[in-house]
Amino acid sequence: MAIFSVFVVNKAGGLIYHHDSYAPRAEAEKTFSYPLDLLLKLHDERVLVAFGQRDGIRVGHAVLAINGTDVNGKYTYDGKEVLEYLGNPANYPVSIRFGRPRLTSNEKLMLASMFHSLFAIGSQLSPEQGSSGIEMLETDTFKLHCFQTLTGIKFVVLADPRQAGIDSLLRKIYEIYSDFALKNPFYSLEMPIRCELFDQNLKLALEVAEKAGTFGPGS
Amino acid sequence: MECVYTTEFKLMYGMLFSIRSFVSKMSPLDMKDGFLAFQTSRYKLHYYETPTGIKVVMNTDLGVGPIRDVLHHIYSALYVELVVKNPLCPLGQTVQSELFRSRLDSYVRSLSFFSARAG
Repeated sequence: MAIFSVFVVNKAGGLIYHHDSYAPRAEAEKTFSYPLDLLLKLHDERVLVAFGQRDGIRVGHAVLAINGTDVNGKYTYDGKEVLEYLGNPANYPVSIRFGRPRLTSNEKLMLASMFHSLFAIGSQLSPEQGSSGIEMLETDTFKLHCFQTLTGIKFVVLADPRQAGIDSLLRKIYEIYSDFALKNPFYSLEMPIRCELFDQNLKLALEVAEKAGTFGPGS
Repeated sequence: MECVYTTEFKLMYGMLFSIRSFVSKMSPLDMKDGFLAFQTSRYKLHYYETPTGIKVVMNTDLGVGPIRDVLHHIYSALYVELVVKNPLCPLGQTVQSELFRSRLDSYVRSLSFFSARAG
């Protein structure tokens, strides 16, 4: 999937809509015996790898599942603490799945507000007068595109760096927002968008954009 | 020499620090080079960071493509050669070296995307 996610941010910087397309995240599942040769630490209610990168397991990856069942933050599915469980030699050999942690709803809210501020600072740092905020942010794994409407709503799309046509996609999302959210009599301005037609039409627009956009070699 | 841009520098450092943290959380895959650049309607900010934490930032026009190699050259051929290897330049403090300033200036003027416009 070349378009990873879509965020809609209101005038105050609050997240009012987010959508994630399935993105293949690097995951590695391995069987370990006691003692564990990775150093794990607790961070932000998750168990992360602090040291001991090897075999596809990188620093910063989180413990996603133990013996096939997903963990719930820092607790296993049956309520035990993960670090305690993994510190006990009686539980070995154990199969642990590591991978990039998925963002929780709370984290998405915080990141949206953070981007709202970064967008504003981008225009302040401008060496020339009359600059807009950040319209495109580029990294080696994704490109973030942002379109701010005249009313202060920001549409943010995260896509593959090679994906083209995101500018027209952003305008299309604005159109879908005004047709299916603003014209909905039960929708209040600046509130989270919970309109089924908005979801459906957004997904359709994303599919069209992905098919029409250019892809890099090998896809 | 009194620097009038210190507020801008502090703002820029804070912004870049926040962007790096933002990008590492948002990224769907493990990153190798990390944050590369951002652009607005008027300018593009290019970023390059060394493993030792030295950050090279360049603001350009919108038409400029990836210049990671240029920023790397500024680090390796100018900063390392003229500042790091200079026993009189204390590392971690503002670079006062006039040689560095002039060499950097002539290097930037020699770049293909630099054009002497008014201002």
